[in-house]
Amino acid sequence: MAELRGPLPPRRHLLSVRDLTRDDVERILETARALAGSLDRELKKLPTLRGRTVVNLFYESSTRTLASFELAAKRLSADTMSLRSAGSSVDKGESLKDTALTLAAYDPDVIVVRHPSIGAPQLVARWTEAHVVNAGDGKHQHPTQALLDLYALDEALGRLEGLHVAIVGDVLHSRVARSLVQALALVGARSTLIAPPTLLPRGVEALGCEVSSDIGDLAHADAIYVLRMQQERMAPGEAFLPSLREYTALYGVTPERVRAGQVVMHPGPMNRGVEIDPRVADSGAALVTDQVRAGLAVRMAVLYDLLTVAPVEARQAAEVA
Amino acid sequence: MTLFCRNGRADSLTLEGRVLAPAQGVDECLVITVDEGVITRIEPSGSSRLLIAPAFVDPHVHLRTPGREDEETLRSGTEAAAAGGYCAILAMPNTDPVVDSAAVLGALVERAHADAVVPTGFMAAISKGQRGEELSEMAELAEAGAVAFTDDGVPVASAGVMRRALQYSRVAGRPLALHCEEPSLSRNGQAHDGAVAAELGLGPYPSTAESLMVERDLALASAEERPLHLMHLSARESVAALRKARADGVAATGEVTPHHLCLTEEAIRSLDPNVKMNPPLRAEADRRALIEALRDGTIGLVATDHAPHARHEKDVPFEEAPFGVTGLETAFAALFTHLVLPGELSLETLLERMSAGPARAFGLPEPRIEVGARANLVALDLEAEWQVTEDGFRSLSANSWLLGATLSGRVVRTVADGREVFAA
Repeated sequence: MAELRGPLPPRRHLLSVRDLTRDDVERILETARALAGSLDRELKKLPTLRGRTVVNLFYESSTRTLASFELAAKRLSADTMSLRSAGSSVDKGESLKDTALTLAAYDPDVIVVRHPSIGAPQLVARWTEAHVVNAGDGKHQHPTQALLDLYALDEALGRLEGLHVAIVGDVLHSRVARSLVQALALVGARSTLIAPPTLLPRGVEALGCEVSSDIGDLAHADAIYVLRMQQERMAPGEAFLPSLREYTALYGVTPERVRAGQVVMHPGPMNRGVEIDPRVADSGAALVTDQVRAGLAVRMAVLYDLLTVAPVEARQAAEVA
Repeated sequence: MTLFCRNGRADSLTLEGRVLAPAQGVDECLVITVDEGVITRIEPSGSSRLLIAPAFVDPHVHLRTPGREDEETLRSGTEAAAAGGYCAILAMPNTDPVVDSAAVLGALVERAHADAVVPTGFMAAISKGQRGEELSEMAELAEAGAVAFTDDGVPVASAGVMRRALQYSRVAGRPLALHCEEPSLSRNGQAHDGAVAAELGLGPYPSTAESLMVERDLALASAEERPLHLMHLSARESVAALRKARADGVAATGEVTPHHLCLTEEAIRSLDPNVKMNPPLRAEADRRALIEALRDGTIGLVATDHAPHARHEKDVPFEEAPFGVTGLETAFAALFTHLVLPGELSLETLLERMSAGPARAFGLPEPRIEVGARANLVALDLEAEWQVTEDGFRSLSANSWLLGATLSGRVVRTVADGREVFAA
């Protein structure tokens, strides 16, 4: 096997869960727990990142991810700027490279990138001096989603090690599933992907999970993670599914399929009545709003972790806090 | 005449070193004297510092002319070929406009007479506009100089059209060279259908997209009793089909690229657009099968599929980047470094598969080292180590998978059709 170009520069990025160690994940979750305390105070703002600049560069529509990155940066007193592809020079055909270089001219400390194409955040990391956080690149990765899911799971069930999570639905098109499987494996939890064979990528078990096409396997899990059916990524004629009706009948997460004691998660936005029954979504088992809340604390922790201290010091800081 | 280049005087020179011409069974230290382009004397020598071999032939080059002269021209592409040790290349017809008429081909031949540093031949399209519907005027194109026919870049999707093309190619007296890809299987495909694509979320381009088409076309070639050349093979299933068809007497040849011989799907973890190509890099078992086939002759030749792209078109996320990498200037060194030095392929086999092999498959004059032959020679410094850098290319494009890599073995001199076209 030939060797390719050298590694990225020694700045720290969060491009993929693959970049993280178990220590990294535990440290970020600890920091998030410490920061979550501050969110309950009357004065919610911390001075930690005063004078730092965080740029959100979003090429794909997003509600919760963009909002929580913006708020996370603001709560840490960083200056923030959010650029959406609509209404910017991207509309006028500017390339990702030129946009990235333009933003880099302001010397941002962090660039948070969401892009419909796999590999975009890697390029921004190559072209600029900023720390780059991947907020979702195509079907590839969404590492902060995986971290917030771990956080919410840990809060709800009191542990991560040894947990069994069933991830059910459109795995093929899901960056959330890919990131989460890797993150669960890192912290010693088990995962099973459940989907019709046409929505399971070949070889995906190499990520460190089991795969199944039997919805009955939900019963063995401590937590059920429901994926959004991404119809917008399925071109007509690709024949992934005979019909949504049949999908819902075979794989929809209904009250009958949820065992007492199981928690149910969904990254949003939900297709109620497709992958998840509204009765499940609105039940006490659902952690959907906990996930959103976790998103804020975890994204604060990620920014804090990248910008304040070296990894070892970050751990100590979290312990003190 | 099927190869064209600019006119000029033939050179007189001498080359000295270990002469290795596997197709002729020569391996000894010699001085070769070339007078006015022709080898006139071959005498014993004491020097073995350089390796002298028959120069290389690349039957799969995208010169991007006409239409994308910002990416490559006949001049820059043939200078790149000269620097890579090549004495003849064949250019692909997927240009803008497509080379599907004698008028377009005639203009190219004229330009080659003015600009080509290394003898260059042209393939013409199988179908008009490479749309896979109507056949191009093959007889007239052959008359105008087409060496073979291909719709490279896109497959001939219809089995019916492919059958007719095979039948009609008899009139033109030229073989077909096929890009085998079943489009309904490769649609949105970005990477080999395996664990790496699954992890990265890239659209799967399964091996069957290639091998089903290989099997279809071999079956048609067998039924129509016509020769066939399979381009840039990547999958072990395709290799198995080719091996079987050859054993059954089908006149089929196959080629493999340096990148498919040196890299696997693991390379795309970098998401570097310079490792994105069609067909995609596959699994280690596929790479092993390709090496084995090159060794045993099932695949008789190495072709670079040199595919220049403008920098701004490759400076985009992996998923948006066009397929293709350059290869002319790095082919020998890449294969020497990654296959010969580790002992996976003998130097003799590599030299044969880069020179006599491709020449035979396309009926081109075989570069030979003998008194009376036109001089088509390459001098190689096998001790040299060099770094591949963006500004080191003669090609107008630098989308090489080897940027930054250090390679062993360097072309130091190329003589093509009696003329010195490159000296380091």
